[in-house]
Amino acid sequence: MTDILMPALSPTMEEGTLAKWLVKEGDTIKAGDVIAEIETDKATMEVEAVDEGVIEAILVPAGSENVKVNTLIAKLAGEDGASASAPAAAAPAAEAAPAAAPVAAAAPAPIAASAFADPELPEGTPTKKITVRDALRDAMAEEMRRDDRVFLMGEEVAQYQGAYKVSRELLQEFGDKRVIDTPITEHGFAGMGVGAAMAGLKPIVEFMTWNFAMQAIDHIINSAAKTLYMSGGQIKSSIVFRGPNGAASRVGAQHSQDYAAWYGNIPGLKVIAPYDAADAKGLLKAAIRDPNPIVFLEHEMMYGHEFDIPDVEDYVVPIGKAKVRRQGTDVTLVAYSRMVGFALQAAEALAAEGILAEVVDLRTIRPMDHATVLESVKKTNRLVTVEEGWGPMGVGAEIVARITEFGFDYLDAPPLRVHQEDVPLPYAANLEALSLPSVDKIVKAAKAVCYR
Amino acid sequence: MARTRKGEAPTEKGADTGVNAFVGKEELLKFYQDMLLIRRFEERAGQLYGMGLIGGFCHLYIGQEAIAVGMQSIQHKGDQIITGYRDHGHMLAAGMDPKEVMAELTGRAGGSSRGKGGSMHMFDIETGFYGGHGIVGAQVALGTGLALANHYKGNGNVSYAYFGDGAANQGQVYESFNMAQLWKLPVVYVIENNQYAMGTSVERSASETAFHKRGVSFRIPGEEVDGMDVVAVREAGARASEHARSGQGPYILEMKTYRYRGHSMSDPAKYRTKEEVDEVKTTRDPIDHIKERLAAAGVTEDDLKTVDGEVKRIVAEAAEFARTSPEPDPSELYTDVYLEAAE
Repeated sequence: MTDILMPALSPTMEEGTLAKWLVKEGDTIKAGDVIAEIETDKATMEVEAVDEGVIEAILVPAGSENVKVNTLIAKLAGEDGASASAPAAAAPAAEAAPAAAPVAAAAPAPIAASAFADPELPEGTPTKKITVRDALRDAMAEEMRRDDRVFLMGEEVAQYQGAYKVSRELLQEFGDKRVIDTPITEHGFAGMGVGAAMAGLKPIVEFMTWNFAMQAIDHIINSAAKTLYMSGGQIKSSIVFRGPNGAASRVGAQHSQDYAAWYGNIPGLKVIAPYDAADAKGLLKAAIRDPNPIVFLEHEMMYGHEFDIPDVEDYVVPIGKAKVRRQGTDVTLVAYSRMVGFALQAAEALAAEGILAEVVDLRTIRPMDHATVLESVKKTNRLVTVEEGWGPMGVGAEIVARITEFGFDYLDAPPLRVHQEDVPLPYAANLEALSLPSVDKIVKAAKAVCYR
Repeated sequence: MARTRKGEAPTEKGADTGVNAFVGKEELLKFYQDMLLIRRFEERAGQLYGMGLIGGFCHLYIGQEAIAVGMQSIQHKGDQIITGYRDHGHMLAAGMDPKEVMAELTGRAGGSSRGKGGSMHMFDIETGFYGGHGIVGAQVALGTGLALANHYKGNGNVSYAYFGDGAANQGQVYESFNMAQLWKLPVVYVIENNQYAMGTSVERSASETAFHKRGVSFRIPGEEVDGMDVVAVREAGARASEHARSGQGPYILEMKTYRYRGHSMSDPAKYRTKEEVDEVKTTRDPIDHIKERLAAAGVTEDDLKTVDGEVKRIVAEAAEFARTSPEPDPSELYTDVYLEAAE
């Protein structure tokens, strides 16, 4: 007897829908036969049998949603009737969870969608649940309806519907003139995007990940960011460069870098790194409308998360304003992008120990809302920064420098920075977890600045 | 016009382009004036550099004048030009004010970028001049993007992306070629082959020195042009322009030319012999060449002297303006970093 397990079909897949069985109990199958279709949040995938035998039992019926990776979905009797000793996952093989991860605490629980609260909206504003992925999509669709100068270009954005499905159905609505599949040629299409922006269009250039944008960084900085200045204000580049930033899951060092500090260093760019769906939507809409070049840093690990979002027409969030996501009096935790979720969980854990942490979500890296951070530190007198990137010359380093300069007298302890360890991100599950910031690390840092 | 897909130069010239490539006496005289303006302007820029009035990098266009002037003559209103760092000639040919160009060279408030760009970074939307780019090859992708915008807007305009034999070896050039042909974008790639990428000759840097063939693997037609003959430039430009404007996609023109001065002001040009330079100056000079054509068309020495005097006056005025225009106000330091208004 062989177990057939729910396979992981992408680096970040934790669960999926078992859409369809293509075999029934009693069928004889060979290795390589397609036995089922599974929908992930990105695509529908076919599952092939690894072993041959007779389907003895189907344990998860077609149409089942949220089937966790490694769930037993069917049983296969070997043709000779002998039972196999080890369970076999359907191909592609599921990654076995590290049996005894030494840093289990580092892997955060799925982020609970917290009720939406925006002081700038009237109380009682209706909300709806939406994933970060769809919020980004809606932002682009709404802005493309609003302004025919806006178009999207990038790899796999059109016919494939987006490598991460962020541009799903945009081709159908807007056609191939405005949703443009490019060849794999970042340097070239980034430069063409800037050229089109100089001629008055408003391109959205999607990078499949920001890691690939290093091929294009010359155009982002030298062509887009600097030309307004060099031309004495004549040539503008109203363009949004966007895509997933930071570490996904187990994709290795070349696909796992956080570029917030890199682009945050450049005058002429605005750099945005939203955490939840509302900010993803509202800030992307603001970015598309902005007349300046924008670096919009998304996070692959957040795409599938659902959040409440105000159900209002034309929801736009101003660029350059941080958001206090949790009030507290004892320590300020400053974070952006996915790390905001970690900081909120750390705050929860700290509360259990009687430490009231205030969580500031930067939302925009440049221009940075130092005033909101400073106001918080004036109240708490203690500061911990959290970023997924490396520490040296990082976002946290910048915040600490500013607070030291303008809030020195308010500090009761030296600020601490939580960031990725100073190594290329390792592949091994345990080392990866050790390298990245974790809720545990944030809690420890917060307690340290509180001398607890 | 029938084109092979091999990127070979056409055998006939100026035939059936749909553009009147005929050049009359008046136009020849205008070419002469525009080319002479570039040469005298650049000579004066070299002089101001020597006096310390111009700083940093300064790449002179002397020797290559026929290309900017010939190509400019076939452009339509709304067409765009974009080039690299050897850009003064293109700006003047495009019709930018010599005073503003020279004042930008001296880094003054009256400069076209108000002193904040310098020699390599000037722009003028009015005349369709989109820079002025200091990163070798960047203008090719940007210029293809201008063409993408024309295509998107359906405005019938063509973008002209100029680059040198050095930039022709950059990867992004071929990324741009690929997309331009794939999407049939209205762009003309003008390769100004002046034989040297800074100090490295094409023979030492290019495995295929016939740059007009560089589009072959993208099915982009190309042709070699005598870039020292303004009329030949105009004729080839008309063909290329018509091809791009009519929706057939990009076209490559390789202009065989020569720069008389060093790569920049600080380059003594020891990588070539004085004899080589003199040979070009005495046998292929683009301004001497047009003088011959003018003489044949019945233009007298006196007519030319009138033009010479006018050019001299314009350049002197530009130099005076560049010398006397004030430096930018310190308050300019923080302007033009961001645009304020959201749209």
